[in-house]
Amino acid sequence: MATTQNEGKKRRTATTPAKRGATAERQDHQQLDPQKLLDFYRKMVEIRLFEDAAQKGFRTGKIGGYLHVYSGQEAVATGFLDAYEPGDRIITAYRDHAHALLLGSTPNEVMAELYGKGTGLVKGKGGSMHLFDVKNGFWGGYGIVGGHIPLGVGMAYSLRYLKTDGIVQLYLGDGAIHNGAFHEAANLAGLWGRDGLNPTLFILENNQYGMGTSVERATAQTDLGAKFDSYGIEHEKVDGMDLDAVLEVAHRAAKRVRESGKPYAVEALTYRLVPHGAADFLEKYRTKEEVREWKQRDPIALVEHELLESGEISEEQISQIRDENKKLIDEAVKFAEESPEPDLSELKTDVYATAV
Amino acid sequence: MPVKTYRDALRDAMAEEMRRDESVVLLGEDIGVYGGTHLVTNNLIDEFGPTRVIDTPIAENGFTGAAIGMAMGGMRPIVEMMTWNFSFLAADQIIQNAAKLRYFSGGQVSVPLVIRGPNGGGVQLSAQHTHSLEGFYGHFPGLTVVSPVTPHDAKGMMLTAIREPDPVIFLEAGALYGTKGEVEDGDYTVPFGKARIAREGTDVSLISYGRQVPMLLRVAETLEGEGIDAEVIDLRSIRPFDSETIVNSVKKTNRAVVVQEQWRWFSVASEVAAILQEQAFDYLDAPVERVSGAEVPAPYARNLELAAFPNEQQIAEAVHRVLYRKDN
Ligand SMILES: Cc1ncc(C[n+]2csc(CCOP(=O)(O)OP(=O)(O)O)c2C)c(N)n1
Ligand SMILES: [Mg+2]
Repeated sequence: MATTQNEGKKRRTATTPAKRGATAERQDHQQLDPQKLLDFYRKMVEIRLFEDAAQKGFRTGKIGGYLHVYSGQEAVATGFLDAYEPGDRIITAYRDHAHALLLGSTPNEVMAELYGKGTGLVKGKGGSMHLFDVKNGFWGGYGIVGGHIPLGVGMAYSLRYLKTDGIVQLYLGDGAIHNGAFHEAANLAGLWGRDGLNPTLFILENNQYGMGTSVERATAQTDLGAKFDSYGIEHEKVDGMDLDAVLEVAHRAAKRVRESGKPYAVEALTYRLVPHGAADFLEKYRTKEEVREWKQRDPIALVEHELLESGEISEEQISQIRDENKKLIDEAVKFAEESPEPDLSELKTDVYATAV
Repeated sequence: MPVKTYRDALRDAMAEEMRRDESVVLLGEDIGVYGGTHLVTNNLIDEFGPTRVIDTPIAENGFTGAAIGMAMGGMRPIVEMMTWNFSFLAADQIIQNAAKLRYFSGGQVSVPLVIRGPNGGGVQLSAQHTHSLEGFYGHFPGLTVVSPVTPHDAKGMMLTAIREPDPVIFLEAGALYGTKGEVEDGDYTVPFGKARIAREGTDVSLISYGRQVPMLLRVAETLEGEGIDAEVIDLRSIRPFDSETIVNSVKKTNRAVVVQEQWRWFSVASEVAAILQEQAFDYLDAPVERVSGAEVPAPYARNLELAAFPNEQQIAEAVHRVLYRKDN
């Protein structure tokens, strides 16, 4: 059963930006303190510039493998990870750079990982899809669609079993929800949650496509939140392009999961403003107009607009933030480029706890 | 003869057979509207429509099982695994149903199914996206496992695969999609269970399959400069297996080096070495060498990945060992 906490509020919830009405009106939920909003803005710009630099690194052959960037979806992880508390565990798929950066991994070590350097977050062993920073609560970075979902549910059990009050933030895509691993794990979460043993916050990042397959082409039940109903998991939707809206839901949902030990799900409607992977150039599955329309709701531009509207932040401060971030990311690229490759002895470490 | 890429040779085989045989359909993730992740099915949806080029959700276990059901229902489905790494999700259906249905139904049920997609590593996809599964699938009776190297074989073996009455694991060399070669027009097949001698030689047999074969040909050229005349054998088919060709080769050369990207333990190379000691023991002048991937999950960093896979130098060194020569 969907909870409808926000019923009655003026909310932009439709599936296309057009349906939301071309209104620039802000929602009537609580406005953030402009200083706080500025901090979020700074971080979101950092993530975007990081991703731009990563794509450039890929194009110039300095980054190999697969590279999936987060551009367009920043408000989702930025909002939800604001509700992170030490002891929580965060787990996601391969579109994972933003999650690492938001949890405190430095641009230097993340970029160095993408460059396959020994100074990278996982010593150059995993690359873009497998970022981990356990000290910050980041439990990865997984490449097999759906494969991480049972892990998140199991970690949630362990948190209550070991009598902590941590929760798991489990991010998944709209494509992953059709995978058996999701359905088996969601059932477990609902079941174990009945006994207060499953503090999993499912964050469904519905960017409306799994690679080139739209939600409508992947399922006859296009209300993805309804999938959680089958497992007794309550859920709601949020406009994932609207940072304020995400923040409000994130804190409320995290609190609820923390206090109840029961799973809860939020479907964040968002959009990938870039191709699925950096190697993709054909986008036969969506129109340029659609992408252009969604660009109008670029979550960073929306925050920027809000900041300027508030009158407390000037254009100069905005461009200063951009410059500072540009410098930060340029430094990360330089650091990655200048870092040494992993030592060849690393090839055989970390296979077992004891080297063989 | 027309020159085509490996990728186009595969597509031609599927398209031609779809025109001939209405029971042939394609299923997989993003094979239609998107064009196929590796463009092997590009534009086929335009000709055959969405009921024959079926875009599936990301549900390998479900759609592979459904394809087995279609095969049981009289169709000839070709499933694309976007990459073979994702086939672990479908392994239950492949191994528990496809491979065994004929047997445990006492011969009443056929599963004419092809599962195809790119196999193997080499482009820094790291641990979860880098596997060479020929030994893994080759283990199961009831499965046929093949791996073409040339565009000519890609087409001819695909046509054989589609017409097989039993399930075929069709391991494409992902690294070779863009490589070109002569491909006959029209209908021809390349039989399974028959290896190809890619280069004749008299001093040592270099045995492999998949993307290692072009590398072995390069190594053979280098060895020629040292006065070593290497024979290169492309196995093509992992199961059924052509023992005869490798045994005859070793009877001539008396030495063998088997090269594979997959891990050595319980692998194709181990099987080849065992067959040679059983069937060519008296002809061997040196122990069979196995050059394999390092026993680690695939690393991401370029230098580590290069160190994890067989390279030309390692192969040359193995050749020197079986010839009791010093490395230069
Ligand atoms: C089991 C499995 N099948 C296929 C893939 C290839 N693949 C990688 S990402 C992806 C799309 C996933 O879509 P979604 O869950 O919506 O996440 P998004 O990329 O939109 O963030 C696919 C099919 C995979 N990695 N794992
Ligand atoms: Mg998606």
